[in-house]
Amino acid sequence: MIAELGHAALWLAAALAALQMAAGFLAVRAGEGSEIARLVRPSAVVQAALASIAFAMLLWLFAITDLSVKLVAANSHSLKPLVFKLSGAWGNHEGSMLLWVTVMSLSGGLIALAEKRLPERTMQATLAAQGLVSLGFYAFLILSSNPFERLPVPAPEGLGLNPLLQDLGLAFHPPTLYMGYVGLSVAFSFAVGALLTRQVTPDFASAMRPWVLGAWVFLTLGIVAGSYWAYYELGWGGYWFWDPVENASLMPWLAATALLHSTSVLASRDALRVWTIMLGVVAFSMSMVGTFLVRSGILTSVHAFAVDPERGSFILVLLGLFIGGALLLFALRANTISEGQRFTATSREGALVFNNVMLSAILAIVLLGTLYPLLTEAFDVRVSVGPPYFNPVSAIFAVPMLVVMAVGPLLRWRQDRLERIRPELALFAALVLVSLIFFGLVTGVAILPLLGLALGIGLGVASLLPLRGRNLKRVPLATWGMIVAHFGIAVALIGMASESAFSKERLAAVEAGQSTQVGPWTVTLSEVMPVAGPNWTAIEGRLSASYDGGEPVILTPQARRFWAPPQETTESALSTRWNGQLYAVIGDRTPDGRWQLRLWWKPLVTLIWYGGLLVALGGALALVGRVIADIRRRRVARRIIERRAEMEAMA
Amino acid sequence: MSWRVWLPLFLFAGFLGLAAYQLTQPKDDFVGSGMIGEALPYFDLPAATEGASGAATTDFKDGTPRLLNIWASWCLPCIAEAPQLERLKEAGVPIVGIAIRDRPEDVARFLAQHGNPYTRIARDDLSEVQLAIGSSGVPETFVIDGRGIIRYQHLGDIRESDVPTLLAELEKAR
Repeated sequence: MIAELGHAALWLAAALAALQMAAGFLAVRAGEGSEIARLVRPSAVVQAALASIAFAMLLWLFAITDLSVKLVAANSHSLKPLVFKLSGAWGNHEGSMLLWVTVMSLSGGLIALAEKRLPERTMQATLAAQGLVSLGFYAFLILSSNPFERLPVPAPEGLGLNPLLQDLGLAFHPPTLYMGYVGLSVAFSFAVGALLTRQVTPDFASAMRPWVLGAWVFLTLGIVAGSYWAYYELGWGGYWFWDPVENASLMPWLAATALLHSTSVLASRDALRVWTIMLGVVAFSMSMVGTFLVRSGILTSVHAFAVDPERGSFILVLLGLFIGGALLLFALRANTISEGQRFTATSREGALVFNNVMLSAILAIVLLGTLYPLLTEAFDVRVSVGPPYFNPVSAIFAVPMLVVMAVGPLLRWRQDRLERIRPELALFAALVLVSLIFFGLVTGVAILPLLGLALGIGLGVASLLPLRGRNLKRVPLATWGMIVAHFGIAVALIGMASESAFSKERLAAVEAGQSTQVGPWTVTLSEVMPVAGPNWTAIEGRLSASYDGGEPVILTPQARRFWAPPQETTESALSTRWNGQLYAVIGDRTPDGRWQLRLWWKPLVTLIWYGGLLVALGGALALVGRVIADIRRRRVARRIIERRAEMEAMA
Repeated sequence: MSWRVWLPLFLFAGFLGLAAYQLTQPKDDFVGSGMIGEALPYFDLPAATEGASGAATTDFKDGTPRLLNIWASWCLPCIAEAPQLERLKEAGVPIVGIAIRDRPEDVARFLAQHGNPYTRIARDDLSEVQLAIGSSGVPETFVIDGRGIIRYQHLGDIRESDVPTLLAELEKAR
């Protein structure tokens, strides 16, 4: 019954998406004040409610482990802890698509309720586009990935969730990324709406900006969480592998970063109109392309995800329809939209445009590297593209981008001279040069980490410079957001460079009682014993590790064996200090009774994720700042209208 | 400006075409050996169990095509392919076995239970030869021609339906 309720809610939501789309487009054609326009906003709101009901039903099915439902039987198990039963609801293809459309319809409902700034016709067009996108995903769910499908005979027990996914970090990584993707779909709908009605105005940019900011914050969080999960759960000690699936999440982030900045230019300076629209389309198409690459199994990746060519073809058709349609519309309309206000190269707009181009270049490089194996396979050549390509080639564009990023926020809008900010420029250049010389000559660091360290230090200081000579209490929240986010980039950059320049690794086979050294750490294997959890057993090593002869800390890395489904995982153990992390993994027993230990000392590695969190925090601050300013502006506008009405009444 | 606005659409169409083409292609997840068409790398391995003879590269250069079977007593699919190897032996095919990371007593027990189709059985305790000929797992079977050149690789256990293919490949290698 629960499954049928969910299924019915899904069909009804799809019907409302169709209504929202049809009514929206008809209203746009009919022009101002048509009757049918009144249907659009309510249908978006009701659709959001229905999609939420469908998702709630799926959560319920997973919570009670209803094994007559195929999806539950295939992905859950009655002996799993409740939190992983629930996260199992989106730890699979069908459930995660349902989560996606639910978040999408919720944001559609939110725009329908709250967004009153844009001309009503543009809003109708935006909601119509949103309806079209939702309808595509509903069709995908209902026709080829129904999460509520029943089994003819209920299963006696579920197959269980992949143990690697039974982890809190990963329980929340996919929903975060989906919120990011969905935010970009809203930006896409706004872009299509603005193209349809040719209303590419600063108002349009400020209506779209919170969505882009929100999407960007969630994408950042999703990538940070995913990267940390890969780091400690997979036990390989790396945080980024340039795997197609990782690239699939990085590409929308790069596009969203560019979009975020060009939206700011459009909102405050009325420039870059066409470019912003283009990025709005590109950002969403990157999240669709990512989804396609991940779910069609067209590329070989460590994230084997519901590989199914039929689903792949479905997503490809949706991709062609949405993105192809939007690009066609763009090609037809772009020439009728003027570029907007002019500015000189040495200005804040100039710096933003430069970095937009650099970000787009990096995006193109990542896209090319990700798709290259697909291209060569058409000619029967198999290749895999990895760090030797991505790292240096993206650095070519990242280095000038970081330099401009340090300088850009110091420049004025529209027109400026570099002479005006000479002291700041000199400080930045001096910091970079001194770090280059110090790390290059004294410690002999390789070129890429060296550049990373130097630019990270320079940017870290430069990103705080816009605050100089200002009353800190009067700096707007959005400006704080920019400063925190840029500072976060510097912090993450220093973490990455330090990890690759100064990490120490030790692979040793030790007996209980023996010690080994890694960097400044002395690690002793005290004992090895079996332990058990709710659905696994493990071999656990007890290590006592002492930093530089200090008080020892106890680490307990495990080699776990799950029984539903049968699979082994390594649980690494970490000891975090302010200046880095000790990372320990226990491996097999050697024939002579010793245990394999893999140890890393990674100085400052945690800065990577702290930096990422700062970037997300910066985005969140900017978002809150913008929304508060918006609400205030709306209140003022309302008061002016009331005052005017009073005056008229008095007269 | 006029023609450039069409550029994204054309690039996207190119991507769509490529992706659609690749989706229709059968997906091949196997990692084939890069050594096909190359000569066997040099090795000289001892016998895997008492009474068997070891194997060396020179054994493959007498003009007769052979099968080189990578297996192990601890490998379950190897049990499944044992009857097929037996049939190939009955068809007169010389089969050289290489037991990967195995113990002599386990090898002897396996042969006693599932039959011995091999003319030679060598032991490869460190997977050296296995890696050198580009095999990524057990079982795998290679067709080696009479001059010691690797001609064909079969991944996984040999099913009934694979026997004619292997016989045909051996015929080609003659």
